[in-house]
Amino acid sequence: MPIVLACVAGLLAVSALSLPLLRHRAATAAVYSACLAISLVLCAAAVLSIGQADSETVLPLGLPWLGAHIRLDPLAYAFLAIVNFGAASASLYAIGYGRHEAEPARVLPFYPAFLAAMNLVVIADDAYSFLFAWELMSLASWALVMARHHAAKTAYAGLVYLIMASFGTFALLFAFGLLAGAHGDYAFDAIRAHHLSPGLAGLALVLAVVGAGSKAGLVPLHVWLPLAHPAAPSHVSALMSGVMTKVAIYAFIRVTFDLMGAPAWWWSLPALLLGGATAAIGVLYALMETDLKRVLAYSTIENVGIIFIAIGLALAFKASGLPGAAALALTAALFHSLNHMLFKSTLFFGAGSVIVATGEQDMERLGGLIHRMPISSAAFLAASMAISALPPFNGFASEWLIFQSILVSPQLPRMGLKLLVPAVGVLLALAAALAAACFVRAFGATYLGRPRTTAAGEAREADRWSLAAMLTCATLCLLTGLFPGIVIDWLQPAVTVLVAGQMPPQAAIPWLSIVPISASRSSYNGFLLFAFVAVSASFAAVVVHRFASRMVRKAPFWDCGYPGLGVVAQYSATSLAQPIRRVFATVAFAAHEQAEMPPPGDLRPASLRRFLRDPVWHFMYAPVASAVGASATLLNHVQFFTIRRYLSFVFVALIVLLVVLALWG
Amino acid sequence: MGITSALAAQFGQMLLVLALAPALTGLTRKMKARLQRRIGPPIFQPYRDLRRLFNKDVVLADNSSWLFRVAPYLIFAATWVAAALVPTFQTGLLFSWAGDLIAIVALLGAARFVQAVAALDTGTSFGGIGASREIMIAALAEPAMIMVVFTVALVAGSTQLSTIAAFMADTGGLRVSLAMALVALIIVALAENARIPVDNPSTHLEVTMVHEAMVLEYSGRHLAMIELAASLKLLLYISIIACIFFPFGLITDGAGLSAHAISLAAYLLKVTAASLLLATLETVIAKMRVFRVPNLLGVALMLGLLGTLLLFVSGGM
Repeated sequence: MPIVLACVAGLLAVSALSLPLLRHRAATAAVYSACLAISLVLCAAAVLSIGQADSETVLPLGLPWLGAHIRLDPLAYAFLAIVNFGAASASLYAIGYGRHEAEPARVLPFYPAFLAAMNLVVIADDAYSFLFAWELMSLASWALVMARHHAAKTAYAGLVYLIMASFGTFALLFAFGLLAGAHGDYAFDAIRAHHLSPGLAGLALVLAVVGAGSKAGLVPLHVWLPLAHPAAPSHVSALMSGVMTKVAIYAFIRVTFDLMGAPAWWWSLPALLLGGATAAIGVLYALMETDLKRVLAYSTIENVGIIFIAIGLALAFKASGLPGAAALALTAALFHSLNHMLFKSTLFFGAGSVIVATGEQDMERLGGLIHRMPISSAAFLAASMAISALPPFNGFASEWLIFQSILVSPQLPRMGLKLLVPAVGVLLALAAALAAACFVRAFGATYLGRPRTTAAGEAREADRWSLAAMLTCATLCLLTGLFPGIVIDWLQPAVTVLVAGQMPPQAAIPWLSIVPISASRSSYNGFLLFAFVAVSASFAAVVVHRFASRMVRKAPFWDCGYPGLGVVAQYSATSLAQPIRRVFATVAFAAHEQAEMPPPGDLRPASLRRFLRDPVWHFMYAPVASAVGASATLLNHVQFFTIRRYLSFVFVALIVLLVVLALWG
Repeated sequence: MGITSALAAQFGQMLLVLALAPALTGLTRKMKARLQRRIGPPIFQPYRDLRRLFNKDVVLADNSSWLFRVAPYLIFAATWVAAALVPTFQTGLLFSWAGDLIAIVALLGAARFVQAVAALDTGTSFGGIGASREIMIAALAEPAMIMVVFTVALVAGSTQLSTIAAFMADTGGLRVSLAMALVALIIVALAENARIPVDNPSTHLEVTMVHEAMVLEYSGRHLAMIELAASLKLLLYISIIACIFFPFGLITDGAGLSAHAISLAAYLLKVTAASLLLATLETVIAKMRVFRVPNLLGVALMLGLLGTLLLFVSGGM
């Protein structure tokens, strides 16, 4: 406990101390090194102490009669580890990457504050400090998004982010208000003791979904995410996508599993429905996008959907009195949160290095970088395979656990859930397959083929710090995929607290396999599969080279006899997605193409236009935005009245109020 | 039973599928030719093709990367390991618990991922067209396959293929969901193996090809590895269908020598029958347009979902 508090205070101190040093040349390296060191300490402390007893304290800060309650329980430790590992790797990356920042003074003070705020959200134990930390997190990340305020899109992104963040905080505020009750105390202990009627619980649940979901990026509350995450510097994008969404997921888990008490079965419905929709639509959005960082941001939305599916399953199991199955699903959710932090950080680091090396982030203007940036491309490839849920990487291990928890859900007593869960399973499988398509496309268009611009052709490999961060995260993607049992066992204290059940201890399973419920059902062994594939591949290569041919001739590529076509004739990111666009997006996004072929003799160029309609924006936000605009225009007239009319308004208002008072009394 | 015999069974099976896979391709081609009143190449022609390819030089494109050279071995190894996890004539293989049916699907998915990125490596338009169509087909075939896995796993109470096969052999019986799963699995198998009506394994016409377009830049031993992996994948799918839906003749570890002979003969019989059916199917139906393939795969997906739903509603387990 003292370590954690000291570290958070240290981060805030770094933030404050960075202010006078901003002009100094070494400021970037100093701030990020300090953040790296503090985050590593916090991460190590959290990893080591997850099994320990809860510790709480009240700091004399915040509201005078409430104080700031701080509590460290296994769930907080699990998320502290996730947050601080992500923070440490982002800081390591930024020691190198931050040197390329045009205006470091716009990033350095807010970065440690952002890290501190995320830690505070996780350890807060009363609604006031929670919301204060939550809002600090929003504002610090907003300031980081606005770091590159000169870009035209950034201001818009910042505006949308600010609106959605305030909206989400409002929802959480009301949720806590409901949870605390009319005479409630805002300390979480009091909230736990207070029980709500089903109607109020439902309202609080909806508010929690809106509040946490808007920060996590649940469809349809996701609109700010693909704007804001890519607008920030890349290490901050990695933090926002990989870590801040996890803090939002922490908030949802904390409210639904801990504060609201024993769940009813229908609590799982919003998480399952929205999670399934988010997973499938998020990755479809990603496939339509050509900006590399926006692709990654949309894929974050997809992964948040996957995590919410697992949370929904866990809620359903817990409510139905199946603690073993609930433990399985909740472990899957936490494990996938950890995994997503690892691979999404790697991917954003890779994207950041590409932007530093080429100045481009549109995949249509990249290509061929595997030759110029071999190490970072290997890390990006590993993370792409991990996020596509392919063995032996970690993404597969956690999705395997989710599939296994779907397979135990026929035990659920409710018919509604029985019909819903298979449909959610289809969406999950669809999302996994489309994610593979998405990352074949992202990796292929960015790193493979021939460079589409001279900038891409002259790229240079990233610096040592960035490479170290990327390789660390990519290696961990592999290691947690090879030995998932260690992570699962480590997570069990947190799971046990929340669902009063746990998965079978994986360390007891021979050969490092993992099993979901009991040994007889199913098992998976990532390490053995990896070893088999590695051995077979090397064996095949050795045998072929030894006993058959080992000769290589270099030649121009063949391309079925048309090698003379230029680099623009390569398949681009847009054309790679064309079949999927035609199959899926004609329904989801009303996608269509308009080809214009001038007749022979006409000298106009032929053109092909692509139209997509974002259904969420079109049907939900655009009407609200235009209504706000229209009412603002109407109210605009009020601004130009004469003083006499204003005075008469005041007079009428006064009379009306008095009449109302008189009638009331 | 000692560990040695278990190891022998495991490695014996790995070698068996490796040795058998080209013959299956040859047999299918031969039967297809005979059905079309051609003589066709001998059944063992694929072995000769492979030997010839293995001994040829590799012609590498100037701008290909390390990925392009590593990919064939990775594709082959992932497919081979997946095939090693499928019981052919004996269940309860030594390493079968290392990966269940979901892991097998994912291993094949990993092979496809590597294949698609390798196709994009040289930056040719053919590689691109193949990869873009392959990911579209996979985006529907993979969920359909997962739904089939769900259906089967809910019936048998496990996703472990050996357990499923043993369960089916013991308690078998007809179930509506299993029939749906079988149809869905056959459609998925046709799509995954680039067979008619989804893709044509013997075409080189640019508007129609998917798999062949992806491997267009490969030559020599690299091409041989990919061809061998493709044959292995076909055998793997036939083995999956055989061991789930037609599990007769399967033995468990520790059976006698004569039982081994009978079960091996039963397996060969099943593979031959599947090959004959495949050849007939490919002869009597035409290839679909690329953009009608999603309808077919959508049918598979819906059948898989219906099968799963039925099991969920009827209480499952």
